[in-house]
Amino acid sequence: MNKSPSVLVIGGGSTGTGIARDLAMRGLDVTLVEKGNLTHGTTGRMHGLLHSGGRYAVSDQPSARECIVENRVLRRIAGHCVEMTGGLFVQRPEDSDEYFEKKLEGCRECGIPAEVLSAEEAREVEPYLAKDIKRAIKVPDGAIDPFRLCVANAASAVEHGARIETHSEVTDVLVEDGEVVGVEVTHQTGSGPYVHGEPGTVEEIYADYVVNATGAWAGQVGDLAGVDVEVRPSKGVMTIMNTRQVDTVVNRCRPKGDADIIVPHETTCILGTTDEEVEDPEDYPEEGWEVDLMIDTLSELVPMLKEARTIRSFWGVRPLYEPPGTGTEDPTDITREFFLLDHESRDDLPGMTSIVGGKLTTYRMMAEKISDHVCEKLGVDSECRTADVPLPGSEDFSVLRDYMDDFNLRSPIGRRSVQRLGSRADEVLTSVDPNPVVCECEAVTRAEIRDSLETAGTDLNSVRIQTRASMGNCQGAICCHRMANELAPEYDEETVRASLDDLYQERWKGERHAMWGEQLSQTALKHMLHVTTMNRDGDPATVDKDIDFAAFDDGSSEGGDAAGASSDSAVADGGQKRRAADDEHEGGADGDN
Amino acid sequence: MAITDDVLVVGGGIAACTAALSAAETGARVRLLAHKKSTLRQASGLVDVLGYIGDGGPSADPFDALDSLPADHPYHVVGEDGIRDGLRIFDEAVGDTYRGGHTDTNALVVTYGGTVKPTARYPASVATGLASSTGDMLLVGFEGLTDFDAPVAADHLTASGVPFDVRGVTVRYPKSFRSDAKVTRFAKALDRDESVSGGTVRSVLADTVAAEMDGQTRVGFPAILGDDHDEEVRDELADRLGVPVFEVPTGPPSLLGLKLEDMLFDALDDAGVRISSGNPAVDFEANDGRIDTVLVDQKSRLTPYEADQIVLATGGLVGKGLDSDREQVTEPVFGCHVPHPEDRYEWSDPEAFGDHAFARFGVVPDDELRPTGEDGEPHFENLRAAGGVVGGADVAREKSASGVSLATGAVAGRLAGEEATQ
Repeated sequence: MNKSPSVLVIGGGSTGTGIARDLAMRGLDVTLVEKGNLTHGTTGRMHGLLHSGGRYAVSDQPSARECIVENRVLRRIAGHCVEMTGGLFVQRPEDSDEYFEKKLEGCRECGIPAEVLSAEEAREVEPYLAKDIKRAIKVPDGAIDPFRLCVANAASAVEHGARIETHSEVTDVLVEDGEVVGVEVTHQTGSGPYVHGEPGTVEEIYADYVVNATGAWAGQVGDLAGVDVEVRPSKGVMTIMNTRQVDTVVNRCRPKGDADIIVPHETTCILGTTDEEVEDPEDYPEEGWEVDLMIDTLSELVPMLKEARTIRSFWGVRPLYEPPGTGTEDPTDITREFFLLDHESRDDLPGMTSIVGGKLTTYRMMAEKISDHVCEKLGVDSECRTADVPLPGSEDFSVLRDYMDDFNLRSPIGRRSVQRLGSRADEVLTSVDPNPVVCECEAVTRAEIRDSLETAGTDLNSVRIQTRASMGNCQGAICCHRMANELAPEYDEETVRASLDDLYQERWKGERHAMWGEQLSQTALKHMLHVTTMNRDGDPATVDKDIDFAAFDDGSSEGGDAAGASSDSAVADGGQKRRAADDEHEGGADGDN
Repeated sequence: MAITDDVLVVGGGIAACTAALSAAETGARVRLLAHKKSTLRQASGLVDVLGYIGDGGPSADPFDALDSLPADHPYHVVGEDGIRDGLRIFDEAVGDTYRGGHTDTNALVVTYGGTVKPTARYPASVATGLASSTGDMLLVGFEGLTDFDAPVAADHLTASGVPFDVRGVTVRYPKSFRSDAKVTRFAKALDRDESVSGGTVRSVLADTVAAEMDGQTRVGFPAILGDDHDEEVRDELADRLGVPVFEVPTGPPSLLGLKLEDMLFDALDDAGVRISSGNPAVDFEANDGRIDTVLVDQKSRLTPYEADQIVLATGGLVGKGLDSDREQVTEPVFGCHVPHPEDRYEWSDPEAFGDHAFARFGVVPDDELRPTGEDGEPHFENLRAAGGVVGGADVAREKSASGVSLATGAVAGRLAGEEATQ
């Protein structure tokens, strides 16, 4: 039997999973290793913009052209991950006419459909735009769910025989006789179907070819192989609003700048971003002024943002790359094109290629290019099919049915579940009975949680990013422990508790960047529920102290001498209560929404 | 013409109700001005006084531990007598629907997270399920209710070292509801004992649970055992199972919290307290350091409420008695001083269960519970504060939220009533 050539892909982001899918569909024997969970790096920390290319139509036309092509491909193959919101480039009175014209011209040169709207027309599309805006250019920007996209790519890769290994960090690149022959990975804790190694154990994985698709971390993997990859990690902040102030992507129509985009995403809007070079892609300051900058600057476009509620902020790093010797000072000037670095021709080290630069919108094209390259190296003659074959979940995503009756779910919950699950909705939503709502803010039911647990193992953060549970207004106040409970009975109580603690802490980290106003009130409620009502901070099962249970009230002389026993105000027999009409009003995190 | 009373209590939670009851005891004419539903719907219905101090605890005797509290803690202002007075008012208001009044000692109650929590007063429905009493325990959860996972809670209790055996089972509720049905729907079906195949909800539930029992001497359910007829539901289930039945307090919407709210408002009615609800107090008029009038926003029309004495009991951050923006923390009705770090990142700790400054935010009371300005002087001669709006206590960590509300409410209400009726 002929063994197919084997490829090892490092990196479980959009590019890595895209490559794994592409190569697996071409019949190669693929293993993907990722140090965290899928989307752990840049993919999981971006604002979810599906570029039309308009953003790069002046400064970086090759990237702009790639974007519009891939924008169309992703609408076709990843319908359940995409919301075609449309986008606007909005000009304020102080923004130059010259740039506006260049933007319009650039879009047309790059084949990006672009239409000029007057201020009135723009406000018809987005009523909350500032009163004094001048005009706008309408382009086909959209929103994309990077988590869902990544998971669908991984699922497709597995369907085609790939092995996906998360929580497995590459700790060495194996070089024999001047050639890369594989990697050494150290397995971390975590469990689930994508985790196979014992925590702490080291495994050598040999392969015919190695692809370094680690983005901002590419330099670190390069170091392990002894080659120089001059990736320039650049951080950007994103601030999440609790509602959609806009339903269209709103860009500021001016040359590069911080805080110039608002992306509507599911139930939220995401404000972005900054662009600041950092040394280490994993350790950089996250500062309050960056959050303030988002709110203050973007409220020039949409004034209501000034008083609106933010629910958290997060930071991501871009894997910027420029060929040696270019010497660009400002990271915003660095091209968004992607580069394929063949270490054989570049560094005289055969067996490995790195891919750097690029952006989520063009992940598939990047994967195609590198897969072509790998096939050529390995002498495999096989066509790429990823632009035509829909991802799992998007195969039959045509009409949203009335899922209220089909799944005994009320309409908004049914609709949102089906949007997330796409063509897998039937299979997933009928798998559990009864199927209660676990996360009320984001309308996630038990069936969806359990479905995602099949790939997430005990990693509730992975469940979160797949389903959006705990990502709404209450930031997990109501549902974190419910999500954890779904791990039982497969996992024991201690594991359930540890997973809950991890998720709760992760939610806390981002929420700290939004702790004022309504959200501080919400945070205080969350704190009261977990600390006061559940006593999770003084939990005797966790705190290393024994309790003398016998020293406490055992209730034994109850009843008789209670101070108010003679009072006739008891209402145990009921009677008319003041909240009679109140029964269906609860839910939401703070009782009001 | 303005509505005029002796004492006006602004707020609608435990502290406001206690202040109003306490003021009414002095013979004053009292009005309670509640905006919207109180945060009791989010509370467990347990009344805790003090469970933890620093890294110690849980404390069996809350009074024993008072001296170790920080100097600016509101318990130091009201003293042990204030706390006892608050508990007395509470006990009289709720009658025998609550237990724990027979002793100073805290009870340990099973939480829906599977931990145990020290508390001073607990609903009668919780009493036989105390973790500080003995008797093997069966916990029962329902497939359709995700808040309480009985097997996980049972294992967690075991890990906590409780002195009895606990087992948890998940059963199917005798009647099926929509996937997003609220807990009130489950409670109502038991209240009305609705017909289901094989009998009624109560009888079928008892049969289902009986089949799971294995010598346990008490059986616990999430707190959904009826609403209007809760005692009857509990008694019938206990009869059928042959052992006591209890409830485990749950998160929002909390039926135990809602029932407590109803009882407190019934007690206000009995005490002759007038109640105006549904609209927020938004502004005030003052002269010579005294508040004359509180202005209430009634659908954009400002209605004046006059009183001799005012009690501010609008709650803390959760109840929106405190407000904040990116720069500062404020008390929105009277503009009282709320100390806080300048940098908002110092309002919280990076660790979720760390020592958070926001947990202690609130107005600074003088020895008569009057909010003071930065200069330490009271803002107004006739304004007192009670409950969550008062700063200085980390009620979440200490498990002292209700106690602080009761004690400050009792003292602020009494002082206000005495002043007004002098």
